[in-house]
Amino acid sequence: MALAIRRTSDILCAARWLIRRDCRVLSTLPEKAEISQEVVVRRPAGRRPIANEAVLESRHIYPEFLPDPNPDWRNSLREKLERADMLKRRSQIDIPEFYVGSILAVTISDPHAQTKTTRFVGICIERKGCGLRAEFTLRNVVDHQGVEVRYDLYDPTIQKIQVLRLEKRLDEKLLYLRDALPEYSTFPFDMDPEILPEGTPVPINPVQVKLKPRPWLEKWERQELKGVSNIEEHLKGKDRIRRELRKTPWEKYDLMKQYRKTIPIEDQSEIWAEVHNQLQQLQLSRKKMARKRTFTAPKPQLG
Amino acid sequence: MFRTLLNKLSTVPSSCGFHTTACLNEVRLLTRLRVVDNSEIGKRAMAEGKPPKVICVYNKKGVGYIGDRVMVAIKGQKKKGILVGLKQTQKVKVPKFDSNNVVLIDDNGTPLGSRIHVPIPTILRTVLKERTHAKGADYTKLLAIATRFV
Repeated sequence: MALAIRRTSDILCAARWLIRRDCRVLSTLPEKAEISQEVVVRRPAGRRPIANEAVLESRHIYPEFLPDPNPDWRNSLREKLERADMLKRRSQIDIPEFYVGSILAVTISDPHAQTKTTRFVGICIERKGCGLRAEFTLRNVVDHQGVEVRYDLYDPTIQKIQVLRLEKRLDEKLLYLRDALPEYSTFPFDMDPEILPEGTPVPINPVQVKLKPRPWLEKWERQELKGVSNIEEHLKGKDRIRRELRKTPWEKYDLMKQYRKTIPIEDQSEIWAEVHNQLQQLQLSRKKMARKRTFTAPKPQLG
Repeated sequence: MFRTLLNKLSTVPSSCGFHTTACLNEVRLLTRLRVVDNSEIGKRAMAEGKPPKVICVYNKKGVGYIGDRVMVAIKGQKKKGILVGLKQTQKVKVPKFDSNNVVLIDDNGTPLGSRIHVPIPTILRTVLKERTHAKGADYTKLLAIATRFV
């Protein structure tokens, strides 16, 4: 009997571990996880704090609300104040949901420009930073010249952030676009926004870019990129050998490393309990406003 | 098998003893630049595949930043130029370009060409206005030949 219970608990643990590995920014506190292994036989429904899936989904939509996992940089009071400031800023300006690979148009007030505003359109190639220091980088090719602009997400000089095309790419960062052919990062400034029907998941664009011949800015062949098609053409035998030697296939089994890189689910549910309601309300009020605007402004009839 | 593995490791050290970081892409002495105006000398130098080299940066740091004046060696001549786009990591909201761009000027600040065919950062308006002195050179003439600002 005892053996049977043991075995079932083992299987459950393995299944839970697999599920946990699948989530990108989730992990559990290790001591609590060990406790749950013993309890799980009696109450398989779970002793983990009930985390609403929809609430936890917001970690993808608002990643900057999660603090940096480095314990040296954690400060609960500062994080709380920063979250309050971020919500205040979000009540003033619509910061939409976007991902690396989405095409954005950012309008900033610019004292150097003649019209006092500058609009830049580009593909988001990187998004990083936590709290008020969250930033993103846009890239475009203007007049055959690659241009990149980095923006702070909570910069008060930003007047408008518009998502022209909401989509994801195959990789977490698109820095390889700097070494790719220019047509992959060329977007017209007068692009029309593409509106997705409500409720559809964010589409993933499976486009694979072609890199220019070497020299490259980074050793792309070692980064296991999915969005590059012709990386093998440019490699020599020595590059392949070095790539094999530098591989770290054990890292995906390194639970401690993953734990240090992520915010545990218990901490996350606390944060989301604090901000999720307000974020939802903000989103709803924006939707209402948008609907009102479409109803009240009829198209002017010419002639 | 263990020996083959050892041999492999010894030919290619798995971790080199020094720390390597990405390069800074700074504009220093002997940096190659890209001439982006349509001046005759600049066009010919770029077409021949002999882009100009920096031989002096006119500031106290020795590293050229956006709007700085540089002296370049181009086709065996000395010319002055203004940096109008840098590869180096820039401040927030300042565009970073894929190449180090320069516009050739003469001693009075008048550009040698009549058109710039790449986008110019808007911050250059303020920077060049600050650099211009009433009696000395007027660098803002460069802004008049720009076609596009980002």
